[in-house]
Amino acid sequence: MSRSTSTRRAPILAIYATVVFAFIYLPIVVLILYSFNRDGVGGFPPSHLTLDWYRQLFTDGPIWDSVLNSLLVASGAVALSLTVGLLAALALDRASFPGKALFRRLVLLPLILPGIITGLSLLMFVVLSGAQLSLFTVFLGHGTALISVATTELFAGLQKSDRAQEEASLDLGATPWQTFWRITLPNLRLALVAAGLLIFTLSMDEIAVTFFLIGRDNTLPLEIWGRLRRGITPEINAVSTLVFAVSVVLIIVWYRIRMRSVGTEAQQLPERP
Amino acid sequence: MYSRAYKTLVSAPPLIWVALFLLLPYGLMFAHSFWTVQDGVLVHDWNLSNYQKLLTNSLYAEVLFRTMRIAASVMLCSLLLGYPLAYYLSFHSGARKELLYQLVIVPLWVSYLVRGYAWKTILGSEGILNGFLQYFHFTHEPVSFLLYSPFAVVLMLTHIYTPFVFLPIYASLEHIPRPLVEASEDLGASPASTFFRVILPLSMPGLLAGATFAFVLSLGDFLAPLLVGGSSGTMIANIVQTLFGATYDWPLGAAISVSILLITLTLLFLTERLEKRWSFE
Repeated sequence: MSRSTSTRRAPILAIYATVVFAFIYLPIVVLILYSFNRDGVGGFPPSHLTLDWYRQLFTDGPIWDSVLNSLLVASGAVALSLTVGLLAALALDRASFPGKALFRRLVLLPLILPGIITGLSLLMFVVLSGAQLSLFTVFLGHGTALISVATTELFAGLQKSDRAQEEASLDLGATPWQTFWRITLPNLRLALVAAGLLIFTLSMDEIAVTFFLIGRDNTLPLEIWGRLRRGITPEINAVSTLVFAVSVVLIIVWYRIRMRSVGTEAQQLPERP
Repeated sequence: MYSRAYKTLVSAPPLIWVALFLLLPYGLMFAHSFWTVQDGVLVHDWNLSNYQKLLTNSLYAEVLFRTMRIAASVMLCSLLLGYPLAYYLSFHSGARKELLYQLVIVPLWVSYLVRGYAWKTILGSEGILNGFLQYFHFTHEPVSFLLYSPFAVVLMLTHIYTPFVFLPIYASLEHIPRPLVEASEDLGASPASTFFRVILPLSMPGLLAGATFAFVLSLGDFLAPLLVGGSSGTMIANIVQTLFGATYDWPLGAAISVSILLITLTLLFLTERLEKRWSFE
């Protein structure tokens, strides 16, 4: 028997993997480094490290307004997509109805299609319905597009949970309603928290769909986007650094919880919208 | 075990929601592509003139061709970076596997905009790379072809989609039964021959899925060209975006969107078929 293949050394491959990691992380490291650079976003080497850009950022009203808007939209999107996504996951897991296969594909479509198509379709819908573009339309867009993520994540959670408990509850005389609140939902607790965190992060960062549904009030990514056209300063690096840090923390927490709720199958992640 | 009422109660709301807020909007997009605009007013007159315009005006074909070239380059580059990385993690990383895996997936979910912006500051003519090159006297004049070019778009999208391509490949490598690999080695196959005759074929479904993601998502991207592409890096989705904005020709924009959608769905369908053929379960 040969040695276990996962421990064999492969120096050239290891170097190649290091280079790929460098490619993935170098831009982010550079971005963070230059958020402390007094003399602007370019040039080499960075000199005169300073916290001035962060000071400027903390007194920048429009940025914090947009952060608040993003938080509102993301919280709403989490609530909406988890509610519809939970029902959709239950339906896919337990019910059979005409067009089920089509429904499954349709729900997942926003994950796979370019954001511009989902964004423009929803824009046409909003215009047709006579509504004004606003944070509400952005919330509607995020919530609807992210049902895809909620459904895949919660479906995985349902497949993992123990159906026998529900059967026992129903056999022992609990109503389906009681069974749902006392068995189904508590069993899905971790999956719900994990999906919620992921959806929150994705909504906070979303730009392609938002681009077409935004009204007068900007979300944070759209505010940053607007500033990129007016000449850039390390203040953008500073806000990007904070966005990055918050996202990383949320994603790590999400991953840990997900490992506990769906185990090693956590490695089969849903695709990013 | 679940009653009919229960099943109806859980299926009806998502069905209605998805019909109203996904199916109807996508349907509207489809309908628009057959309408026209005359003197700034939408005319609900069903015909194929938008599609005719797409086929006859060489500008659209040119941009679509460039877009496909960029998407194919992104696909190829992300595979070249993502496959060896996945292979290394799955077969040779030993005890650090879990940590390294997390290191790949964290950036996957982290802000598209932040990462795009980082490339903009690196590649600019007064950017960090140029500063670096001049500081070490590799060049004396700033190199200006880096930013605002198709190259910059490919670079940025490859950066974004490499972790994406990595994921399905890694998942399919992890599913390969190790005894198969050991059997191949014990029976005297060289490492190269084990890789090409056992591992690569068995990881084909993941490779195909990853390649399709990278291609399809690059195909419809309009933000990377706006950020780092310049006019020479304009892609098909940028034309759609202009038609929906300044030019105000929604029907033509919708026709292009429907074309992108059809290309995307065809590719996904083909990949699914191929994946089934290659899968060994």
